[in-house]
Amino acid sequence: MNEVVGKPIDRVDGRLKVTGKATYSAEYFPKNMVYGVLVLSTIAKGRIKNIDSRQAERAPGFVGIMSYKNSMSLHFPQSSDPGSGKFAEKDLLPMQNDRIFYDGQAVAVVMAETFEQAEHAASLVKIGYEIEKPAIKLEENLSTKYKPVSGLGGAKIQVSRGVADAALQTSEVKFEQTYTTPVYHHNAMEPHATVAEWNGDKLMVYDATQSVAGSKNLLSSMLGVPPDKVNVTALYIGGGFGSKGFSWPNTVLTAMAAKQVNRPVKLALARQQMFTTAGRRSQTIQKISFGATSAGKLNAIKHDTTSESSFVDEFVEQAGVATSIIYSCPNVEVSHSLVRLNRGTPCPTRAPGEAPGTYALEVAMDELAFELKMDPVQLRLVNYADTDEDKKKQFSSKSLIECYRRGAEAIGWSQRNPQPRSMREGNYLVGYGMATATYPANRSASSAKAILYADGHAEIMCATQDIGTGTYTVMTQAAADAFGLPVEKIQVKLGNSEYPKGANSGGSQVTASVGPAIRAAALGVLEKLKKMAILDNTSPLHGHKEEDIVASDGRIHLKDNADRGETYTQLLNRQGLQKVEALAKTNVSTRQQTESNPAAAGSADAAAEEESKTNPAVQEDEHVDRKPYTFHSFGAQFVKVLVDPVLNTVKVDKAVAVMDIGKVMNIKLAKNQIMGGMIFGIGMALMEETAYDPNNGRVVTRDLAQYLVPVNADMPQLEVQFIDVPDPYISPIGARGIGEIGITGITVAINNAIYHATGKRVRDLPVTLDKLI
Amino acid sequence: MDENHDPPIEDESSSSSSGTSRRGFLTQVAVAGAGLTLAPLLTGAQEIILETPPAQPQTSMVILTVNGQKHTLNMDERTTLLDALRENLAMPGTKKGCDHGQCGACTVLVNGRRINSCLTFAAMHQGDEITTIEGLAKGDELHPMQAAFLKHDAFQCGYCTPGQICSAVGLINEGHAKTDADIRELMSGNICRCGAYQNIVEAIKEVKNV
Repeated sequence: MNEVVGKPIDRVDGRLKVTGKATYSAEYFPKNMVYGVLVLSTIAKGRIKNIDSRQAERAPGFVGIMSYKNSMSLHFPQSSDPGSGKFAEKDLLPMQNDRIFYDGQAVAVVMAETFEQAEHAASLVKIGYEIEKPAIKLEENLSTKYKPVSGLGGAKIQVSRGVADAALQTSEVKFEQTYTTPVYHHNAMEPHATVAEWNGDKLMVYDATQSVAGSKNLLSSMLGVPPDKVNVTALYIGGGFGSKGFSWPNTVLTAMAAKQVNRPVKLALARQQMFTTAGRRSQTIQKISFGATSAGKLNAIKHDTTSESSFVDEFVEQAGVATSIIYSCPNVEVSHSLVRLNRGTPCPTRAPGEAPGTYALEVAMDELAFELKMDPVQLRLVNYADTDEDKKKQFSSKSLIECYRRGAEAIGWSQRNPQPRSMREGNYLVGYGMATATYPANRSASSAKAILYADGHAEIMCATQDIGTGTYTVMTQAAADAFGLPVEKIQVKLGNSEYPKGANSGGSQVTASVGPAIRAAALGVLEKLKKMAILDNTSPLHGHKEEDIVASDGRIHLKDNADRGETYTQLLNRQGLQKVEALAKTNVSTRQQTESNPAAAGSADAAAEEESKTNPAVQEDEHVDRKPYTFHSFGAQFVKVLVDPVLNTVKVDKAVAVMDIGKVMNIKLAKNQIMGGMIFGIGMALMEETAYDPNNGRVVTRDLAQYLVPVNADMPQLEVQFIDVPDPYISPIGARGIGEIGITGITVAINNAIYHATGKRVRDLPVTLDKLI
Repeated sequence: MDENHDPPIEDESSSSSSGTSRRGFLTQVAVAGAGLTLAPLLTGAQEIILETPPAQPQTSMVILTVNGQKHTLNMDERTTLLDALRENLAMPGTKKGCDHGQCGACTVLVNGRRINSCLTFAAMHQGDEITTIEGLAKGDELHPMQAAFLKHDAFQCGYCTPGQICSAVGLINEGHAKTDADIRELMSGNICRCGAYQNIVEAIKEVKNV
């Protein structure tokens, strides 16, 4: 049987998406539903003095208002791990008191019979405030900075090896620069939305989330409802990019509001509201110091990052995480500091840490190359890291040199005149730039259920979700190969918290985590079929040994005599079985972070754990010795830009990414994913930036006319290549994640190309034309 | 539009979802397009207590022809075409991405012309032929543009896709796009945050060249 993994099949959910039939969270209409609209604070710090809802209550269609004055009490969330559920603001459970910590904080929910009426009534709510002086600007609050102990999920963020300071002193060449990145907003196309419905003590929630399992856990613990009484469903999600990874106030508030008015409530954030109450990427100030030989060999690297968080949770933008392993260097010091500001709470944004962090580090590498009159590619080759020098481990697989080589060839690097501002095409200045792309290859524990039906089709169930990345499709491919069935016979069901718990859609980990669990569950079903056939005296396989039987093309048969066997359908029908099912849980984690996700007793997850003890596929996978290896993906980004020397407008003309991400599950989808990351990086490099009013701390750029994101006319010619060699250790499938690495390096490559074109170095993102004057 | 439909006072402290009434935001879009900033300033207005009773919304009987089917709706006059489709008719194929005409997710075809359905009131479209994403396929047979989007993987999350496809059909109807650069320019009212732009252009080219 030909393998389907690796084939460029169309998205299995594509037909639903092109016909408008894929249902997103705001698109459910339970009977008797009312519309909720959030009222947000208009001050950045202080207290609510009074809430006057008299006008709102008289508005036509008004159903109810919920604020801290009448909302139900919440419990503290029992999980702080994104895999099991992370509420975004641990110190600000929504609407529990009168305190205001940032502008645009949720302070009331107004409910009415129609959306128009709810919006109208919400506009009539008068809130009086006691205003305190907020901390608004990072630059003006540096005196309050402190060093957090760890990053998200306990990640190590203060790293030191060797003696960086001493090595810097004695180095032949010293380099030091500071780089800054602004606040960015994810701006997924689908605004966060929730529909919540109570049936007695049961809660049904449709939620736009990157973790149905996490959202369910949080609702259960915060509302004080047993987990088995809560269901969270998210069949289709209109993008996340990190913004739907944590759970934001809107989700639990919708459930609280529905309880209060005893009717289902739909609450969708307006685009403007997403700029304060649905996460963002933190602003960073990053100082890079290099000590090197005159031949470019790095002797010392220091990467010091200051970022900001809100007063209600501690989120660290881990900009230095890649710095300790990206190049070979004996003396490295990575540090992170945090300043608290009265701004909405930040959260992971596509390649959190690596995206802004590689920007600073890799622009610095480019500056060092120019200082040393070295080719930027050559400088990276001189400092190539064969091993993970931080953890002193081998890389499970790494083909970065090949990525550099292919990328250079595709962009035409050899024609580049190294002299800045030396190349022209017509009226335009031409610049070439490159950078290294890097992102960890995460894998975490996942469970799945597989069911084979007597009619020959199979179902897979897993409480992970497809946020647009293609999870439905690549998991269908993985299941098809494991079952030995064509993709048309496979139905993958995701996005329902009742299924066995899968990975959350964060950290580029779903394919590597869920794929092996699905494969093991499918193989678990086939094991059961083999056993059945051996015991069945009417089966052609009766009495044969299990190890002599294999499955392919919808049949089980003898390994060395394919004709001796029978179809799954024949066996099940003869046995009088409608279906055979298996649960599997693969308990493998490549993450640095400590995870504490024990399966709850009696849950599908716990049952999967139990059944997996006798599942050969799980046992084999779990017994691979992964300790000697660091799992990490690398790639190269090469860019050509055209700069108008009079207007200083920058056009990315061509961008090439060559990625080593292990086995490519589906090249059509994989290219699309990487291109998406590159385009996110174009936005980050050239146009995206969230501006705050320096006086009152309000987001000024709170819509898509002011917060600019790349549009079709901004597109360069994009080329994506893959090394496509399976990672031998990460899983039996060999695929590493792909969602985030595409944004790393591209922002830098553009920046470096602009310098090459113009001779002007911009160290403050985004590179808008005013900075090139 | 009848002035009576507005809230009595546009007060800065009336912090609704968008901070403005529907009419207010239609105005704001025009201003935002001009690159100006309308973020409400903190004023001393927090203390104002309104005495005027809220205006009663008016409803109208509107007959909308959507995908060839007539629907009679008794509807709040403030309802945009987008909300009428999504909420009143429970046809959520048309998406709400920004509600301000800035993202294109709500693009539908009105008499064959592409428009942002969030920027127009439903009541203004009695007698118009409205085509949404749900009306493009003929039974099981996809519209050529839908088939091309599927083939070229011209989307990821799918949320902007109905708008992109309607916009692309409108673009072909207009007949202006001659080059790839034309297609890119004329499709730039439709944001795809997943970044499937290159594949969108490939899909449109395939249909255009048939």
